[in-house]
Amino acid sequence: MKIKSVKSSAGQRGELVRSDCYFELTKKSSGGIKLKLKSKVESMYGESIKNMILDMSKFFGLKNAEILCEDSGALPFVIAARFELAVKRLHPEITKEYLLPINKKNLYSTTKDHLRRSRLYLPGNEPKFFVNAGLHNPDAVILDLEDSVAPTEKDAAQLLVRNALCSVDFYGCERMVRINQLPKGLNDLKFIVPHNVHVILIPKCESAEQVKQVDAEVQKLKKKHKVTNEIYYMPIIESALGVIKSYEIASASKHVCALSIGLEDYTADIGTQKTNEGKESLFARQMVVNASRAAGVQPIDSVFSDVSDMEALRQSVIEAKSLGFEGKGCIHPRQIEVIHEAFAPTTEEIEKAKKIVEAFNEAEKKGLSVVSLGSKMIDPPVVKRAQKILQLSSINGH
Amino acid sequence: MNLVKNAAGRLVPTKVNGQQQIPFQGINKYKPLGSKAKPPIRTCIDYPEDGNKVVKNLKEALRKAGLKDGMTISTHHHLRNGDIVTNLLFDTIKEMKIKNIRWFPSASFPVHSHLIKYLEDGTIHHIEGSMNGPLGKFTSEGKMKGVGVLRSHGGRYQSIQDGEVHIDIAVIAAPTSDPFGNATGDQGKSACGLLGFALADSEYADKVIVVTDNLIPFPCVPWQIQGNNVDYVVQVDSLGDPAKIVSGTTEVTKSPDRLLIAEYVAQFLDETGIMKDGFSLQAGAGGINLAFLLFLKEKMKQKNVKARFMRGGSTKYLVEMLEEGLIDYILDGQTFDLEGVRSMRENHNHVNTNPFTSYNFHGKGNFASMVDSVVLGATEVDVNFNANVVTHSDGYLLHGIGGWQNCLYSKCTILAIPSFRDRIPVIVDEVTTLCGPGELIDVIITERGICINPKRKDLLKALENSNLPIRNIKELKKEINEICGGKPAKPKLNKNNVVAIIKWVDGTVLDSVFEVR
Repeated sequence: MKIKSVKSSAGQRGELVRSDCYFELTKKSSGGIKLKLKSKVESMYGESIKNMILDMSKFFGLKNAEILCEDSGALPFVIAARFELAVKRLHPEITKEYLLPINKKNLYSTTKDHLRRSRLYLPGNEPKFFVNAGLHNPDAVILDLEDSVAPTEKDAAQLLVRNALCSVDFYGCERMVRINQLPKGLNDLKFIVPHNVHVILIPKCESAEQVKQVDAEVQKLKKKHKVTNEIYYMPIIESALGVIKSYEIASASKHVCALSIGLEDYTADIGTQKTNEGKESLFARQMVVNASRAAGVQPIDSVFSDVSDMEALRQSVIEAKSLGFEGKGCIHPRQIEVIHEAFAPTTEEIEKAKKIVEAFNEAEKKGLSVVSLGSKMIDPPVVKRAQKILQLSSINGH
Repeated sequence: MNLVKNAAGRLVPTKVNGQQQIPFQGINKYKPLGSKAKPPIRTCIDYPEDGNKVVKNLKEALRKAGLKDGMTISTHHHLRNGDIVTNLLFDTIKEMKIKNIRWFPSASFPVHSHLIKYLEDGTIHHIEGSMNGPLGKFTSEGKMKGVGVLRSHGGRYQSIQDGEVHIDIAVIAAPTSDPFGNATGDQGKSACGLLGFALADSEYADKVIVVTDNLIPFPCVPWQIQGNNVDYVVQVDSLGDPAKIVSGTTEVTKSPDRLLIAEYVAQFLDETGIMKDGFSLQAGAGGINLAFLLFLKEKMKQKNVKARFMRGGSTKYLVEMLEEGLIDYILDGQTFDLEGVRSMRENHNHVNTNPFTSYNFHGKGNFASMVDSVVLGATEVDVNFNANVVTHSDGYLLHGIGGWQNCLYSKCTILAIPSFRDRIPVIVDEVTTLCGPGELIDVIITERGICINPKRKDLLKALENSNLPIRNIKELKKEINEICGGKPAKPKLNKNNVVAIIKWVDGTVLDSVFEVR
């Protein structure tokens, strides 16, 4: 019987494409592996690219195929993800994963109360943004599998994000991934849980049950892959129902570390439009802050999407801080510094915090159970907040 | 071809295009002696008394100038990628069936790929200037008859002055000229700003032809080119595409990674104390160059610091600083945008300077070495701080040297570059082509850290307590290789075929460019 030639493709090509590559894979009945490579870096890395592709072909058991690779300077983790995708689009039956060795610099973990002032969104299918993201010093990077990825490229982003988690050095930033809305998002987990993801963002979260579903799947995968690091969750509240359920969501699992709010979808859901003043979302934001505090997790504000207006961003962060939020999302690296500066404690805040902490230390030294400053008694949450302010001020270099 | 190892350890030919060469002997080690080249005696009675030197067309001018096989013809690059005069010139030379011309441009642009057919058919023997884009590819593949010679702007002047290159005919495209040959670049529909790089040609060439598309009655003021040096004036319909001659605006990079580098540059200049009252900088038009200036401007305002002068390449950003009183003088060598052109016309403190006040090996001193700092680019830098600006890591010639080598003499030379581009490491073990010896390069500023040349102990000390990411260059190189997936393979070069040589500012041969296989 004659086998029909079947073709798959993966990745991106064209004059404007940078740091990515494109594959066409054609099934053949005979002739072995025929590889055609066109690369911008042929003289420097041509051999190494060919070797990788041939090694992967062997790994996936390809015997007869024509492979076309048009490379615009993609890094190895990108080439591997794109070729694996081409193979799996042609052979959906293959479940084996071609995993690159984990970069040893990536073997760090996080804590539940890690500083989360800024989180930089990186579109999950755009590799050129990955390698330098950490240099801009956000508290966290988010590899996004959800809204920034075209519906037809979800499979591409899963592999690319998996490879990035293994290979890309994010320079100490917390490593977050935003999965797709449940139930589809549950299928994303196996691509990230085994590879040292720190925080999983659960979009459009509307119930404690959804957090529990994610948690159950994560724990199952952790066990299977012998992952010992803690993995935390940041549900994103993006609907009227989500807002009403925010406390039960925030307290659904001990691994919830923060609650975030997404205002684009929320304002649409309540039948209005997002404005700069944000009157329409005040209730929702206060609910999220309140629910987060009640559950002992961090309240985190929405992203600020006008990348050209740094002053408006600064005002927006100052407002978020005044409502009780501890963090803000960003979509451009230039926003990070502005966010950090605006979240930084003011001189008065620092002075006051110093006095409180000194009084606390003094009381502790004397063995007193009650801390007081002047005539005022100071409660433990106030001391904790003061300590946090000082910690934050030292990070900001005061 | 006989190759010897020069003082930089590079293999260079001792004879090129029939001319004897001196291998590089070290920085400031070589000094030619004797007298400067001198043009033949001219007598005014040989020229029209009424001062009208206009001839019918370029062919007529070339014929009158005595064009012959094997001559050296020079052009300037002030029309940038909008230039059509050079292409017209060689169309005419071809028509006149002249062969084996040595083309001596002050730089070439992609528009000159038109000339490849004349390199192929023997009209042009070889290029001494820069071989950009398609011309670079053509040269690198060993297709040029002679050997290319790359010089810096200053090196070009040096070679004219000490007689290494004798120009038979200089063809000077001039946006405005009078019939006597007084010419300027700051007016006319093809205005390009300055004509500074054509000055030497107008003084030293045997014959000088001015080509203009805006012939005005005598006098043309200012006369950047003096008619007293000009033999013939030719009027044409157009010198080129104005949109490509001067970019209307120059824009700051939006790339966050380049902005990060620019921020580091400004912070570096501030923390090392280079940015202090009365300081000076050489400015440029590259993406990082414009951006760092904006960051520096903020710091200057905060600290109430004024610069005495900035050496241009001027742009609207430099002009704004001048107009806001942050700079006393712009000493301009070339204008990059229309704001620069306007400012020079209107502002006495925006001074039109001969570029060879800065770039002149045979001058009695140079502005370039008086400038406190310069920020430059490079295609590659190696762990010994040696840098390359002409070839890429695949061995292909792609860019000219420009004023880059001359600027290295600044008190603090900074290369502001990404540590890799896509998957091309910029910091490498050894540069493909040596254009600037590491001993003149003080700092490399990348998005992944700042590497200070160990010989600059003063800078290292000034930044002891800085929060700038100061790094060892070898460690940085290691990290980049890890990101890129190993060491890049060396390009496959035919080491028996030198396709071009790189001159140092003193006229000695610093390196060879080999044929790419």
